[in-house]
Amino acid sequence: MRSSNSLRKTYGETLVELGKENKDIVMLEADLGNSTMSGLFLAEYPERYFQVGIAEQNMASVGAGLALAGKIPFINSFAVFASGRAYDQIRSSITIPNLNVKICGSSAGLSDFGDGKTHQSVDDIALMQVLPNMTVLSPVDAVETEQMVKAMVEGSGPMYLRINRNDLPVVTDPSEPYYIGKMTKLREGSDVVVFATGIMVQQSLEAAKILEDEGISIRVINVSTIKPLDVEQIIAHTEGMKGVVTAEEHSVIGGLGSTIASALSKSRLPIELLGIQDQYGTSAENYEILLQAYGLEPSDVASRVRSVLEA
Amino acid sequence: MTYSTQLIKDLRYKAITVRENILRMIPPGKVGHLGGSSSIADVMAALYFHKMNVNENDPKDPTRDRLIMSKGHAVLVQYACLAELGYFPKEELDKVKTYEGMLQGHPDMDRTPGIEAVTGSLGQGLSVSLGLALGLRLDKSESHVWTILGDGELAEGQIWEAVMASAVFKVDNLTAIVDFNEVQATSSTKEIFPIPNLPEKWASFGWNVIEIDGHDMGQILKAIDEATAHKGKPTVIIAKTVKGKCFPFAEGKAKYHNAAMDEAEYQTALGCIAKMREEVEK
Repeated sequence: MRSSNSLRKTYGETLVELGKENKDIVMLEADLGNSTMSGLFLAEYPERYFQVGIAEQNMASVGAGLALAGKIPFINSFAVFASGRAYDQIRSSITIPNLNVKICGSSAGLSDFGDGKTHQSVDDIALMQVLPNMTVLSPVDAVETEQMVKAMVEGSGPMYLRINRNDLPVVTDPSEPYYIGKMTKLREGSDVVVFATGIMVQQSLEAAKILEDEGISIRVINVSTIKPLDVEQIIAHTEGMKGVVTAEEHSVIGGLGSTIASALSKSRLPIELLGIQDQYGTSAENYEILLQAYGLEPSDVASRVRSVLEA
Repeated sequence: MTYSTQLIKDLRYKAITVRENILRMIPPGKVGHLGGSSSIADVMAALYFHKMNVNENDPKDPTRDRLIMSKGHAVLVQYACLAELGYFPKEELDKVKTYEGMLQGHPDMDRTPGIEAVTGSLGQGLSVSLGLALGLRLDKSESHVWTILGDGELAEGQIWEAVMASAVFKVDNLTAIVDFNEVQATSSTKEIFPIPNLPEKWASFGWNVIEIDGHDMGQILKAIDEATAHKGKPTVIIAKTVKGKCFPFAEGKAKYHNAAMDEAEYQTALGCIAKMREEVEK
């Protein structure tokens, strides 16, 4: 069990641990290893650490080649570059042949607050989940990050892991077994179900407290496997509810919200999609300013819940 | 290094059969990449029928050498070699690019035994080959990785990322072969996108560079042996070739990058095969 609240530190440390037993794990780096924390691998296993320079496209295809040789390559960059800069390489070299390449998109969403729109990913979930064969994971905390990294090593096929730069409080139970596709109910409620991913799970749990004082009860579901999405569970969680809210730190186009909305296309419940509204990020002094500016605070979740109840 | 007259004769004969198999895949009226498949046919024959350790009875034999067709559109020449070796029945050649066949328009490792990767989106094969070479080296494998690049393909920026990285990682179990036919999809490379001083470019990036006539079997054999013998850095063989080689109506013509022959052209092409066989047998 990890005491750290850092997802990226946990990511790097978990791979160092797993790399001790599993000699097939190899790490690929495009000069951001100090941020993604994949750089921790270098000190322990220099022969299995490949610094390719600032060349994400090459990194993705080299990863494909390593997978062809039976290795389990993890390729690392900021989410925006890991998914977008190397998109066709991921498509052609990795997902068409369904190769066992793991991609870590770090500093996802707006969490790289200072660097601005070129470095903030509002579109990585959309880009990755549209690719056939790709699994898309979005952990809620460090505990789930560790579980996911283990599952990524054990499972085969291309997988994309989206993790935040900032720390997040632990909200999951490390003693609970994990599997890819798992969906966790973190709070029971009776009026509205909120499907959230990443930092928005935490925001939704905070929103639940605000709403409780108003006599509104929400069920909060951590959807950390965005693809493959467990549609049956999604539908089951909406039963008896008066409305649905989705919450993500990503564009509402092509992300968790639109995927759940299409999964619920036969539902008569009102659905509100909370997320980034078809726009890019921007620089700020800190992350909190951006969460406020882009409407990703607990109060925003609360207002969307009220809104579906009024619908 | 010297090579017996018999070996050279045998491989020249194989190269003719490879070209005959290419023709079988694109009968009159069927569109296919004749030009870039014929230009590299002699090199491919030397690799598949002499140099490479491959096993048609166990296509996934871990000790095999690998060939990645980065210029994936010219996969017809690879199908021609694999069929000749017995990786799949020759009847499959008649079904290339059909819904029921196993031979896709571009290389597909899941559908076709002997195909090692998915290529076709140009510029990625050298990077994939580098990853493969690094993985094989970690396993202390003796296998060698061969990558076939088009000269038009060299405009893709990722090629040069991989060229730099291969030198950094000193992969001497990787050889790139540039099919330097100087014609790309719509016109000559000189007209579309000239890349001057190609040998000097590769050398300055840290590669061992060998230049050959890509239709001279003696030169091909010597170059591929030198490539695997050279240690400490990757080797590139720049093979000067003729697009559409052996088919006079197609030689050096961008039109036959991807085109259908008419009946008269096809008969001419078959005539060329017969004539070449006679010449080799003399």
